[in-house]
Amino acid sequence: MMTLDEALAVVARHRQNHLVVATMAAVGAWPAFSDTHRDFAYMPSSMGQAPSLALGLAMSKPGQGVIVLNGDGSMLMNLGVLATLSQYTLPIYLIVMDNGLYEVTGGQPTAGAGRVDFAALAKAAGFPRVYHFLERTDWEAKAAEALSGPGPVLITLAIEPRLGQKTPRPPRPMEDQIQRLRSVLQS
Amino acid sequence: MFTGSDVANALRDAQFTHVVWIPDSTLGTWEAAFTSDPALRLVRVSREGEAFGVAAGLMIGGQRPAVILQCTGLFEAGDALRNVVHDLKLPLFMMVGVRGWLAHLKGATNDTCPRFVEPIMQAWQVPYQWLGENATAKDVHAALKTYRQHPQPLALLIAE
Repeated sequence: MMTLDEALAVVARHRQNHLVVATMAAVGAWPAFSDTHRDFAYMPSSMGQAPSLALGLAMSKPGQGVIVLNGDGSMLMNLGVLATLSQYTLPIYLIVMDNGLYEVTGGQPTAGAGRVDFAALAKAAGFPRVYHFLERTDWEAKAAEALSGPGPVLITLAIEPRLGQKTPRPPRPMEDQIQRLRSVLQS
Repeated sequence: MFTGSDVANALRDAQFTHVVWIPDSTLGTWEAAFTSDPALRLVRVSREGEAFGVAAGLMIGGQRPAVILQCTGLFEAGDALRNVVHDLKLPLFMMVGVRGWLAHLKGATNDTCPRFVEPIMQAWQVPYQWLGENATAKDVHAALKTYRQHPQPLALLIAE
């Protein structure tokens, strides 16, 4: 397993010019690695909708890569999006940081924690590429490949659970988040 | 009554770019009109909440999506709708097929779907207009033209 910060540090080193959409626990952690106009803290959010939002963003600007920092709880809330995403050859890199629990609500286990194989689900839904990394070193070794080229791509990372976390706060109001992202997408 | 071609024409004239949808048996008859119109891109989603998420991304990216779905899916998608309209404050446009509305008006159905559509739209504070049994292509064009001139959240409720 790897810590959330270890996993995100690898993303930061290999994200290239991609947009990064963070949701739930990643909203609190990602700004320490990057807080530019290409980073969107999706909070307040709608449950499980970060990959759907990313699809709309990717469709808006052909060729623009979008990384989604999703959790296993969020992924479970919108599994159908795997079938939706697989219809399109777009550079969407969906990272599921699987810690087996709802971190922001106090650490209750997610349904099927430890048994659900998100990479296999994505493959079955038609994703052309999926990855599953248990250790940081393996993630680091393959991140450049996983976060480039045609998509959609699903990457599952085994993340150490954390307890006692508070609900994260976005770095700025949503109106400002949207304005910053628009300046990138409409340039 | 209006046709799928009328809706596609009105969407195109109002400069919409995408239709994000899950059809019902009435809306589904419009599919050929959408897929054959080069100005519109049809986006098929798996569940209605997704439609609002995709539409949000498109709107942030400068596109003009229309979400088209049935009222049953609208009920399911409340959290996503709330987020897009009230948190992200985006000018969401949708067309909602209201299953059983015409029979409901005549007291001829036990379908509970039509009973809850207006109260739910009011509770979620989403402005709506009806396209009733006798609505024409002109009515669809007029509604979309108004939206285009004053973009703010709007649901067109289709009486089925």
